[in-house]
Amino acid sequence: MLKIRVIATLLYKGWGLVKGVGFDSWRRTGSAMQAVKVYNMREMDELVFLDITATNERRRPDFALVDELADECFMPLTVGGGVTTVDDVRDLLRVGADKVAVNTTAVTDPGLVRRIADRFGSQCIVVSIDARRRSDGTYEACTNSGTVATGRDPAELAYEVEALGAGEILVTSVERDGTMSGYDVELTRRVSEAVSIPVIASGGAGSYGDMVHVISEGKASAVASASIYHFTQQTPLEAKRYLRDRGFAVRL
Amino acid sequence: MTRVAIVDYGMGNLDSVARAVEECGGVPVVTGRAADIGSANRIILPGVGAFPDGMRNLKERSLDKILHEQVAEKGIPLLGICLGMQLLATRGWEGGETEGLGWIGGEVRRLQPGEGNTRIPHVGWNEVFAIRESPLFRGIPEGKDFYFVHSYHFLCDDDRDVLARTPYCGGFVSAIGRGSVFGVQFHPEKSQRAGFQVLRNFLGV
Repeated sequence: MLKIRVIATLLYKGWGLVKGVGFDSWRRTGSAMQAVKVYNMREMDELVFLDITATNERRRPDFALVDELADECFMPLTVGGGVTTVDDVRDLLRVGADKVAVNTTAVTDPGLVRRIADRFGSQCIVVSIDARRRSDGTYEACTNSGTVATGRDPAELAYEVEALGAGEILVTSVERDGTMSGYDVELTRRVSEAVSIPVIASGGAGSYGDMVHVISEGKASAVASASIYHFTQQTPLEAKRYLRDRGFAVRL
Repeated sequence: MTRVAIVDYGMGNLDSVARAVEECGGVPVVTGRAADIGSANRIILPGVGAFPDGMRNLKERSLDKILHEQVAEKGIPLLGICLGMQLLATRGWEGGETEGLGWIGGEVRRLQPGEGNTRIPHVGWNEVFAIRESPLFRGIPEGKDFYFVHSYHFLCDDDRDVLARTPYCGGFVSAIGRGSVFGVQFHPEKSQRAGFQVLRNFLGV
């Protein structure tokens, strides 16, 4: 049986890893290499590495850095941030990424999703959607590290990029991110129900119970989190045991 | 010293395979040159991408010829990973019909959603059940989890070529083997300890 994946997100900003609250107030959390080595030892199911300033600084991904990290990463690695061309994807795969995430460009140049899927297959393109909840309960997708509102409904956007060939959706709640107050289950559920590709829930995990909630009600195929591992005593292994004890298939 | 040629045909994540081979005690050479492939004791055909592009790239670089000489004629052991496994088939149906390397009879078709919440691509960790004795799975417990990321799967003409199956979309073939030619649909280089054991086993066949 396919396992629910427990994923760690590594957010990279210039000099090292950071973790913020609501896509702001960034705190340093250490070196990327150290994190990769630790998660490798702990047999994390997968890592998502996002260079969160690349797009706004209009630069390409840091291929040398990804190369170094991937050399120590014997688990699946998704890399995002600053990906704007098929060549960026080719070069990231070449240095060791298994999947590539696009966020801003999936909105500004949706054709890129199709070009990547045609060239490398759907399975290696993850579309990352950052979303904010509006006061009327609807949602809006944002780009540029949460700073630019698109007016697009995240579920509709997910549906469209699936048709273009996206293989997976990483959906992150901007306002829940870093708060450890629980995933936005409603957002995740809307996106999961709009597509037939796997959905990774992200933003807000504060406890193992939050993971259960977003898997059972949000229909997530995987749960990504960062703060819970950086700032609390909770671990991916315990998360998986907790999920297993509640009847979910996990890798142990 | 086991020299392992990791065939570079422009299709994806070669570095990870090389690093894993190194960790497993082999000497990896990531290469698109016939001379390097010709002098290797083991060949790994990795690959991320679409079947037609994979075949076209192999042919454009004339790598199909040297692979045929080394593998089909001289019996140098080869391991196909993911797309590399699929290319061993007679033909693939990703984006129309494409002729494959044809070393293991079969076709590559898209996974069809089964019952329940079966999303495609099949992404993540899933069990591999060996269905016959094979050096590739020596020392690996039954039902061990390996990492998969794919939308297409291999349908063997001859059941005797099936080494392992995985329960998803009604069950699919996750490892094949005939003589010294092997293929795995999962990524051993990304499957941590169990994956390394498969690679070590391959270096030892």
